[in-house]
Amino acid sequence: MTGLLEVQALHIDLGGGRNRKPILRGIDFEIPVGGVHGLVGESGAGKTMVGKAVLGLLPPAARIPRGSIMFDRIDVTNLPERARRHLLGRGMALIPQDPMTSLNPAIRVGQQITDLLQVHLALDEGAARTRMLELLHDVHIRQPERVARLYAHELSGGMRQRILIASAFALRPKLIVADEPTTALDVTVQRQVLRLIKDLQASVGTTILFITHDLGVVAKICDTVSVLHTGRVVEAGPVRTLFAWPRHPYTQALFAATPRYDRPGERLKPVPPELTAHLQAEAVAYDRSVAWDRGRA
Amino acid sequence: MAEATEAVLAGPAPQRRLRTALKNGRVLFGGTVLAALVVLAAGAPLIAPHDPLSQDLISSFLPPSWAPGGEAEYLLGTDSLGRDILSRLIFGAQIALTVAVVASFFAALIGTFLGLLAGYYGGWVDWLISRLVEIWMAFPAVLLSIVLVAVIGTGLHSVIVAIAVIDWTRFCRVVRAETMVQRRQDYVASAVTIGLSRRRTLFAEILPNVVPLLIVLFTLEMGIAIIVEAILSFVGLSVSSDTATWGGLIQEGRLYINQVPWLMVLPMICIILSVLGLNALGDGLRASLDPVMRR
Amino acid sequence: MSAVFLLKRLILAVPTLFGVTVIVFVLLRVVPGDPINMMIGPGATPQDIQQLREIYGLDKSIWDQFVIYLRDLAHGQFGTSISLRQDVLHLILGRLPVTIELCLMAMWLAIATGVWLGLIGAYGRGRWPEAAVDGFSGLVLAIPDFLWALLFILLLGVAIPIMPISGRLDFDTEFKPYTEFYLIESLVRGDFHVFLSVLLHMILPAVALALPLTAIIARVLKSSINEVMTQDYIMMARAKGYDRRRIIVREALRNALIPTVTLTGVQFTFLVGGTVLIERIFAYPGLGNMAVDAVINRDLPLIQGIVLTFAVLFLVINLLVDLTYAILNPRLRHG
Repeated sequence: MTGLLEVQALHIDLGGGRNRKPILRGIDFEIPVGGVHGLVGESGAGKTMVGKAVLGLLPPAARIPRGSIMFDRIDVTNLPERARRHLLGRGMALIPQDPMTSLNPAIRVGQQITDLLQVHLALDEGAARTRMLELLHDVHIRQPERVARLYAHELSGGMRQRILIASAFALRPKLIVADEPTTALDVTVQRQVLRLIKDLQASVGTTILFITHDLGVVAKICDTVSVLHTGRVVEAGPVRTLFAWPRHPYTQALFAATPRYDRPGERLKPVPPELTAHLQAEAVAYDRSVAWDRGRA
Repeated sequence: MAEATEAVLAGPAPQRRLRTALKNGRVLFGGTVLAALVVLAAGAPLIAPHDPLSQDLISSFLPPSWAPGGEAEYLLGTDSLGRDILSRLIFGAQIALTVAVVASFFAALIGTFLGLLAGYYGGWVDWLISRLVEIWMAFPAVLLSIVLVAVIGTGLHSVIVAIAVIDWTRFCRVVRAETMVQRRQDYVASAVTIGLSRRRTLFAEILPNVVPLLIVLFTLEMGIAIIVEAILSFVGLSVSSDTATWGGLIQEGRLYINQVPWLMVLPMICIILSVLGLNALGDGLRASLDPVMRR
Repeated sequence: MSAVFLLKRLILAVPTLFGVTVIVFVLLRVVPGDPINMMIGPGATPQDIQQLREIYGLDKSIWDQFVIYLRDLAHGQFGTSISLRQDVLHLILGRLPVTIELCLMAMWLAIATGVWLGLIGAYGRGRWPEAAVDGFSGLVLAIPDFLWALLFILLLGVAIPIMPISGRLDFDTEFKPYTEFYLIESLVRGDFHVFLSVLLHMILPAVALALPLTAIIARVLKSSINEVMTQDYIMMARAKGYDRRRIIVREALRNALIPTVTLTGVQFTFLVGGTVLIERIFAYPGLGNMAVDAVINRDLPLIQGIVLTFAVLFLVINLLVDLTYAILNPRLRHG
């Protein structure tokens, strides 16, 4: 076990006591240093929760009753606030899903990055500003001086996401959690942003946990992937292998349901409801066994 | 799912009991204050030990009876003209309550009428009335009341008119909102189906359902009226300064504050107690009526 | 933004002002009772009364009076006070700086304290600081401000006599001011003894004026900040490793101020309106105090002038509030 990020038997519940609702039912995966690992699943499969758990930004109602998250050989599963703050920014960073709501509307976008630099690197204003402009340049923003002085509402979706990407890479963190960063963007912009993330990852060597519901995205950017359904990993492995020979029926169904641009006339097959029902029944059975265990203990 | 919602709305049992108790506490306290005011006001001639206007210059500036120099005859002391403070306070309650009730009644009348119209008929009627309310509320009340009194002249009637004219907007807004809610309820639809005219529906069906809310507002308005009356009589724009009003007593006390501080303190306590009591009553009533009305 | 926006607001202000002058005029002409009678001593002959009536233009028709009124206003002529026998404009200008000084001090106090309390309430969410702030604002707002003023007088002026409770200066102070802005002038002239005296006399009325506004700002800002804290960009700020204090003050506050300004803006005009009572209670020689006397004496020209002045003040305040809102909200700065 020498990965940068190791998640073992991670369980996450929402709410407590009688209202407890399991979101994740034992997830395992591992990402080596410099690797890009995808978490694929339908909306609601709990993938965003994994990302939040790794960063330590779970909502207050969420609990981790079992399992562990090891980051760089440190157990960060239930890290106290102070230690967590040291970790965030320089150890881990986030590329969020919705670029519009994730930028502070009252602060100029350039300022949001220089603030980050000044707080973590103790740079003076001039040095921070220079570095910020470099970062904007890295994410292919033309006229960085002009853009830096703008507010979030004056930028397009693609531009905003670039700013957020620049922000994420700014401190050269060891791990970046990308939570569906292209979902809220136009298709054409999606490709550009994906390419950008891929290039940056290659040049800086950051480890990335890439959360998405789009298999096409996984194909483009990930080395390894875990497929999630009802909070459990149904299949995992290197991207090439999984794409060539998907073994689990759910994975196969996912492929069948994904639109292919090279086969435009092809009919999409939705995931068969019996399969979904079967997987959900498995999940319920799992919950019961866990509860029984708990009752015994 | 429905039971879950119910459970959440009702709250766990002990919390509910606490809320009921609190609400009852407020109603209890407020109700007691109101009852005391009514008793004092109605029975003033019988309860007050002295005539509030009778002067006794020899016994002026006497401290309360328990303080050194006080006399048992004048329980709470006397003012600059030797008039018994306790009696003046009691008769002041009469004025305060009268103003409170009458002014609130008229404010409620105007506000409820316009609010019902605006909420029920909507359209340009609503637009007009809402603009009127907006402009009206943009004027600071103190300024408006003083100008009004300048127009009408001093006296109790002008105080009442001032309060009613200034504060009807409070009733209007709330009644309007509530009417709009009620308008969408089933019983209105059935009334219309039966063939009740719009006007009948409005006054015969909707109004009774708005009444509980009105009661709450009325108690709160009384508190406000008492304050405004006190302000106006403090400033000298109410009844003649001879008549006993709480505000007038405060004004007198302010003049002689260095010699006889209690002259100012006692009416202040009366006002604070009355207002807090009426507010508590209003809040308590609102709390107990809310879940009923939302159903 | 700036030029066009301001211009638009200014232009809107004109008809409002006109509306106010009309209303004031109409209201005061509806007065029952004769102001002339109030000024007359005994033994006045009907000719004297008639003469006075002519002087004050009260013998003409309502319409004529209105036209004359407007014409005079356009020339800056506010008429002559019936009760004080002086030019109204002169009287008002003599007292206006006093009230402005007091209001400015009160507003500054209210904003500084209110924002500070709002921040504390938001920072200490769910713990005792929030309860304390809520309790404070609840208490302040439950008791009307004139009672607070009287309480201050009782506690700090009489029970523990440490503060002066009337006027602007002590009787024995030697001070020959050029302007009515005592506070500023005494500071500028280096007259610290006087400065201190003026300041002390000002504090209690300013605090009494500021209390309701403070409580409202604290409440609204706290609630606003709590709202903002649920936003995505605040989560992003956490993901950047910022600590709670920084998040509230540097990231959330700016956004929370915007709705706060909208909701509390009107309270600033109420503060100015409050000077009428507070100045009276503290025997502070400002515009509000004069207004009360004018009303008691049925001094029409003076009342008219003062009400107009207050209306102008309210308009200015509303304008400033709108301006502040536009400055704070980046969407309005470039749009």
